[in-house]
Amino acid sequence: MANKKINNPSFRKQAPDIIDTAELTLQLQPYNKYQLDNGIDVYAIDGGAQEVLMIEFVFFAGNWYEEKNIVAATTNFLLKNGTKNKNAFAINEHFEFYGAYLNQGSFNETSTVTLHTLSKNLPELLPVMAELFTESIFPEEELEIYKKNNIQQLEIKLRKCDFVANRLIDECIYGIHHPYGKYTSTVDFNALQRDELVHFYNEFYTQGKCMIFVAGKLPTNTIELLNKNFGHLPFNKNKILTKEYNSVRASQKKQLIINDENGVQAAIRMARPFPNRHHPDFSKVMVLNNILGGYFGSRLMSNIREDKGYTYGIYSFIQNHIHETEWLISTEAGRDVCEATIEETYKEMQRLCNEPVSEEELHLVRNYMMGSLLGNVNGTFNIISRWKSYILNNVDENYFYNSINTIKTINAEEIQSLAKKYLKPDDFYEITVV
Amino acid sequence: MILYNSHTLHNGLKILVHEDNSTPMAVVNIMYNVGARDESPEKTGFAHLFEHLMFGGSINISDYDEPLQRAGGENNAYTTNDITNYYCVLPAQNIETAFWLESDRMLSLAFSKKSLEVQRKVVCEEFKEHYINKPYGDVWHKMRKLAYDVHPYQWMTIGKELSHVENATMKDVKDFFFKFYRPNNAIMVVAGNVNSNHIFQLVEKWFGSIPAGEKYERNLPKEPKQKNAKFLEVKADVPLDALIKTWHIEERLSKGYYTADLITEILGGGASSRLYQSLVKEKQLFSNINCYHFGTIEPGLLTIEGKLIKGVTMQEAENAIEEELVQLKSNKVAETELQKTINRTESMIAFEDVSVASRANSLALYELLGDVELINTEFSKFQEVTVNDIQNYAQKIFETNNSSTIHYYSNN
Repeated sequence: MANKKINNPSFRKQAPDIIDTAELTLQLQPYNKYQLDNGIDVYAIDGGAQEVLMIEFVFFAGNWYEEKNIVAATTNFLLKNGTKNKNAFAINEHFEFYGAYLNQGSFNETSTVTLHTLSKNLPELLPVMAELFTESIFPEEELEIYKKNNIQQLEIKLRKCDFVANRLIDECIYGIHHPYGKYTSTVDFNALQRDELVHFYNEFYTQGKCMIFVAGKLPTNTIELLNKNFGHLPFNKNKILTKEYNSVRASQKKQLIINDENGVQAAIRMARPFPNRHHPDFSKVMVLNNILGGYFGSRLMSNIREDKGYTYGIYSFIQNHIHETEWLISTEAGRDVCEATIEETYKEMQRLCNEPVSEEELHLVRNYMMGSLLGNVNGTFNIISRWKSYILNNVDENYFYNSINTIKTINAEEIQSLAKKYLKPDDFYEITVV
Repeated sequence: MILYNSHTLHNGLKILVHEDNSTPMAVVNIMYNVGARDESPEKTGFAHLFEHLMFGGSINISDYDEPLQRAGGENNAYTTNDITNYYCVLPAQNIETAFWLESDRMLSLAFSKKSLEVQRKVVCEEFKEHYINKPYGDVWHKMRKLAYDVHPYQWMTIGKELSHVENATMKDVKDFFFKFYRPNNAIMVVAGNVNSNHIFQLVEKWFGSIPAGEKYERNLPKEPKQKNAKFLEVKADVPLDALIKTWHIEERLSKGYYTADLITEILGGGASSRLYQSLVKEKQLFSNINCYHFGTIEPGLLTIEGKLIKGVTMQEAENAIEEELVQLKSNKVAETELQKTINRTESMIAFEDVSVASRANSLALYELLGDVELINTEFSKFQEVTVNDIQNYAQKIFETNNSSTIHYYSNN
């Protein structure tokens, strides 16, 4: 019986009916907003089946605000390496005893401290978090260990062509003195002074501007607990000075760097400057970017991986920067085919400029993007992370609904004219690192 | 508590359905009971290459990805030494698209020449990207070879060498497919916004007519008990000296496995773990140090590896690790320290279970291990481990004759 069906597989030739995901109506669950006694804003998304939650403190303490290279990142890293009453070990042990994960991150405008924990342990953890924001002491010996270990780790990273290429392409677009373009050297690590960290800490953490994002299965007294532990702290005391930086483009458009004589692959980065998400083209270009290199079925992936086998993967994306950004194509390709990879990439850009996208492909991309978005506006951690991005980028739910509208309605002519506007080979900077 | 309904088709395909109506999405996860351990030593890397070929079109459908993306879905797959796992996530209304695609490629691949040619190249680039063009990228090739004499865990899923992948033939591909990619060698989990009865009907419709294959009897060489310490010295163009040590531990479902897992937590789990505190912070011999195992189904390796601070000798570094192991063997850990590792494990499991895709993957793996209910009960196995167990097991595994060591020197 079974074999008969294999020989007569007609029912398998026919794809099952689908609903067009592009026709779906998506909702972004609104956050609940609270204010602590000291005026700190708390954004909350409650829900989920697992008894877990996350709390993220976002400080305006990224490298945008530092006077000297890597002071922001170092301050952020060493926050939990000693307070007036607890050494680094005691702090780590406290969080780890409760099975909690305390992570820090330092970015351009912001730096974060994030707690993931079983909901039941919240009361034990918040007081120590508060201590980190008010009583960190940045011990000299902790700084020395940090310097030594980071210099060593940097040496390893500098052997990797992808790491080197990522640094250089940002430098091309923004310049080495811009927060988005600068990077770290051994000299910078060695030059760090403890008092610079203490100063940065006081200004941008203890009295800095901060907001709180919470998501997960929130105990009913969550806001009360937050207020008890953080509502009296002196946050938001200092007015954040607006700082402006001018990006400086590289004079040379194309660079080839031999980082490793024996390298068998080249890291290729091609990028052009791009405005931030307040620009009217932004959400439309997201659709164009998807077609070019934003998903597995993209032009670049289909041609350069799935047809030619030059690479394990090639992607294009728009960086998530607040002030200005870059449109970037990124791949690691065989050393002998890296020139061909670049050539094919330009061909794909050219094709998007010369020919309108077919209705079939546009339908595919609309459905793919909407399906992916549907999965992404689900789950409290996903939802809060989207809201955080919107709030930091100073956009609201209209941005979400407008983006959806763009995905549903953009047509082939618009896409072609955006390609002509933005995918001009002369506008791109190229870094190849072997 | 994670609930599921199960059903087995006549052809041996096992199906589990986990309903979760809080998400609009559905996950279809198919785990094939084949991994790099099932490869012949002359044709390594094949299970993984094969994973790539599974996207190269099936007998009735020329392209796998396009129809799935058109249905708003995404997919991916991974290969380990033990298993190969495929999953797609898509809006629940379109779930039948996933059944159509997955059943057709379980029925038969298209065995396209072009796909084989291209994917051989893609996998070679993957090999280069992760294992050749990276400092220390060959460590695990060398360590597996050193630690295992006969068991196929002695090679990595990517394969022993590029040539094995480059030389794969269409005959190899076909043989592999019809030997391993049969319904009776697979477990399917459907999770998310779905209804079990509806899913069971769909499974019958799409998978019911796929013929069963010959039952695969896994008969792998058993690694004999190691008798002497193993050692390898490597010199390479890397910036720092590195030390890598492994010890054999027991198989996935044994008491020893759970104990070993907690030992890795005590030694290397987080910034308050013993090795980090003692060797990175206090003695400052390593710039980083890790302790972990791979969670393999058959007897695996517990690993300690770190990069040495410049100026520190290999001997000093190794002695310091040894001191920590002696501590663990001669003194019981404090109850609170054990409690910490158990709390961390509880938390890790809870966070893993947040994602429906991860729940689907876990259900498939536990079913493959022989007891799907472990998804709800496995935590109790960790809770049963005592401070005596930790000490006894440390004494058992941390023995010189059970160890393999690589001194990985920078030749700069």
